[in-house]
Amino acid sequence: MSKWDRFKAVPMPKQSPQVRIHNFNEVALGYSEEQSLMEAERCLQCANPQCVQGCPIEVDIPAFIKLLKEGKFREAVMKIKEKNNLPAICGRVCPQEDQCQKNCVLGKRGEPIQIGRLERFLADWEREHKVEIPEKKPSTGKRVAVVGSGPAGLTVAGDLAKLGHEVVIFEALHEPGGVLTYGIPEFRLPKNIVQAEIEYIKRLGVTIRTNVLIGRLYTVQELLSDEGFDAVFIGTGAGPPIFMGIPGENLCGIYSANEFLIRVNLMRSYLFPRWDTPIKVGERVAVIGAGNVAMDASRCALRLGAKEAHIVYRRSRAEMPARKEEIENAEEEGIIFDFLTLPVAYHGDESGWVKKMECIRMQLTEPDETGRRRPVPIQSSNFTMDIDTVIVAIGRRPNPLIQQTTPGLRVAEDGTIIVDENMQTSIKGVYAGGDIVTGEATVISAMGAGKKAAKSIHKYLMGNK
Amino acid sequence: MYRIVERREAASSIKLLKVLAPEISKKAQPGQFVILRVDDKGERIPLTLADWDTKEGTITLVFLEVGVSTRKLGELREGDAILDVLGPLGNPTEVRNYGSVCIVGGGVGIAAAYPVTRALKAAGNKVTSIIGARTSKLLIFEEEMRRFSDELYVSTDDGTKGYKGFVSDILRSLLQKGCTFNMVYAVGPAVMMRAIADVTRPYKIKTIVSLNPIMVDGMGMCGACRVTVGGKTMFACVNGPEFDAHEVDFTELIRRQTAFLQEERMALELWEANRRMAIREA
Ligand SMILES: Cc1cc2nc3c(=O)[nH]c(=O)nc-3n(C[C@H](O)[C@H](O)[C@H](O)COP(=O)(O)OP(=O)(O)OC[C@H]3O[C@@H](n4cnc5c(N)ncnc54)[C@H](O)[C@@H]3O)c2cc1C
Ligand SMILES: Cc1cc2nc3c(=O)[nH]c(=O)nc-3n(C[C@H](O)[C@H](O)[C@H](O)COP(=O)(O)OP(=O)(O)OC[C@H]3O[C@@H](n4cnc5c(N)ncnc54)[C@H](O)[C@@H]3O)c2cc1C
Ligand code: SF4
Ligand code: SF4
Ligand code: FES
Repeated sequence: MSKWDRFKAVPMPKQSPQVRIHNFNEVALGYSEEQSLMEAERCLQCANPQCVQGCPIEVDIPAFIKLLKEGKFREAVMKIKEKNNLPAICGRVCPQEDQCQKNCVLGKRGEPIQIGRLERFLADWEREHKVEIPEKKPSTGKRVAVVGSGPAGLTVAGDLAKLGHEVVIFEALHEPGGVLTYGIPEFRLPKNIVQAEIEYIKRLGVTIRTNVLIGRLYTVQELLSDEGFDAVFIGTGAGPPIFMGIPGENLCGIYSANEFLIRVNLMRSYLFPRWDTPIKVGERVAVIGAGNVAMDASRCALRLGAKEAHIVYRRSRAEMPARKEEIENAEEEGIIFDFLTLPVAYHGDESGWVKKMECIRMQLTEPDETGRRRPVPIQSSNFTMDIDTVIVAIGRRPNPLIQQTTPGLRVAEDGTIIVDENMQTSIKGVYAGGDIVTGEATVISAMGAGKKAAKSIHKYLMGNK
Repeated sequence: MYRIVERREAASSIKLLKVLAPEISKKAQPGQFVILRVDDKGERIPLTLADWDTKEGTITLVFLEVGVSTRKLGELREGDAILDVLGPLGNPTEVRNYGSVCIVGGGVGIAAAYPVTRALKAAGNKVTSIIGARTSKLLIFEEEMRRFSDELYVSTDDGTKGYKGFVSDILRSLLQKGCTFNMVYAVGPAVMMRAIADVTRPYKIKTIVSLNPIMVDGMGMCGACRVTVGGKTMFACVNGPEFDAHEVDFTELIRRQTAFLQEERMALELWEANRRMAIREA
């Protein structure tokens, strides 16, 4: 093991790239106890900790690291859980380099404390050593319906159950977890970890009903008027995939990232034909986009036997929105990055299968409203690539069903639900949070919204006596 | 779990299941469908609601055994249960008094046409129905359709019952004879729906088809079900499943339905081989 150095992070043990591209097991193996203690030792225990400000839910980072250092693992994990119900998940998927770790003072001269990895270590330790259920407040007799079981819904449900309310989650899919279950692959977030977190929420007394599509089986109004709920939280997240609308996009062999990842993760098509849902991956795969979703899709494609998997991105390396760690993992695994490249058409064979992708080269000009430099096409720079599978990962719109079926619900032009500072929608007693309010964001921001909504709903219910 | 309370063989390869799903039965409307998963390794497959009974709390599904999922479903018996049933899904049929309507059902699509027929009849329409199958043994729901039709025509590809030929032939000759319809509704195999669209196009009759692309989630999240209608990409599960037949790109639909053909065949062969082994060992 490498020597301790105040300015150097303890490296994360990982499966080697040559091995891991042939399996769906977790890539990052997690710190050992010894490695965690070494990493924790680097923390300066700042009096005015900048890291905490970077965390959207303000986990008391120096306090949990101090407890970890002292070997008080259970106390340390309980310290995290004061703010964060799902540390095993956040430790794995938070974009730490833009949040807590971005602000860590050590980052100015060396590498920041690997806060996510420590969080993950503690959460995993707890799972192996029996998870304690916090004491619940006596029953209030109030009932809350939560629509959607992603991180926003799970967080609201957990917090309200602890406060003594009866909570029922309605989930349309056959498994709960939202993107954690159907989107993020096993090799980045093992499903047994998501299941353990869901189990914890259930042990708090929350009922989860799968196969219920709100808007069709019951409207939000019916939940309040007929089904006896006193409040509703909408956490339906992002859904409908965006396509580019270019010629040939409906050829066979072209998937949305959502379809591809739902088949792989929710339907376990990597186990086909032992599991019934098929997937087809060719030899040369192009993934359009460079966010987390694109990284996940390209790395799944490689694991499903693609000889070459390309990330095709219209901007350059610096603008890629994916987590840094996952970009590095993807590069190690041999994903090919085609920057400043924009598909303009797909060409198929006579039976309707995609064979070629026509692209145009781009160049970057002055920054746009997001502060990133705007890509513009270079005239007559068209070229074609041989390709037999395409995965379009350029974004998703908010799930629209609730908005369409709830009269009086204020909705923004982009389809997101409008809420006030208490996360209440335009309808009294109806709250919303997560991607359905912000547009596509992060696990931790969805959880943050859930926390805030739970507080407001509690206040609303108790003032409502 | 959704318990099967009744099972019948509508024809040799077509099964009818009545499934206990009280909540869905209360909300079901003509033209809607469910997505189900037979067991914990199962695929999500869409099936149209062929009927429902609010008092019993049941829904009726009628399906053709074509691959592993529908074969597995066909093996279930009364008292067995289906693991997941999600619904009702899709937009209901626009039921109103059009005047005179023609309903065309092909194959297992006849069962899907049945609740639409019943509702359009109840809305005061004069209903002409045309139903057809490959052969007489595969003709289902004839009595049910007759009950709610003012006129009923039958065709079989091999002539073993009714007119020898396609449902689209019957529709063409009715139109040639001067029958007028204010609306034509067709559900069945994609090639049949395309033929119906071709027949009604010159007459400019409003024609509605219920499309059956491959689906996964059925709630608008995956885009597997995308179809081109009027030059625009639509998601059949949430924007449909019913569309204006004259605007649908059927060639694309038919191609996209075969996207997993090799895998489906391989899975079915494997499944049948495993079944034979299991029977031999038992
Ligand atoms: C492939 C992928 C990778 C990602 N990677 C990361 C990452 O590494 N780090 C990170 O921080 N973020 C990541 N994200 C983003 C993050 O997952 C989301 O921001 C987060 O999950 C949003 O949570 P949510 O609770 O708002 O909604 P979701 O997780 O989307 O959950 C919404 C749930 O509601 C259900 N639902 C929808 N409509 C209805 C209805 N009408 N009735 C009943 N149920 C309904 C859906 O089925 C779904 O289960 C990723 C996203 C994807 C797709
Ligand atoms: C809205 C809708 C309503 C439908 N209603 C009925 C019905 O009432 N009765 C009925 O018999 N069939 C119906 N179908 C078709 C039915 O879903 C397929 O026959 C079934 O999914 C085949 O599954 P399998 O595993 O048995 O066969 P597979 O071996 O998977 O496939 C055999 C054939 O079915 C098609 N298919 C495969 N998977 C799907 C899928 N997930 N969705 C749609 N088609 C698929 C394939 O294109 C192929 O041609 C409907 C389809 C849709 C989209
Ligand atoms: S929850 Fe996320 S952002 Fe907050 S401390 Fe943990 S890893 Fe960092
Ligand atoms: S900023 Fe860095 S060093 Fe300071 S308390 Fe936070 S993690 Fe520790
Ligand atoms: S089936 Fe997934 S969007 Fe229609």
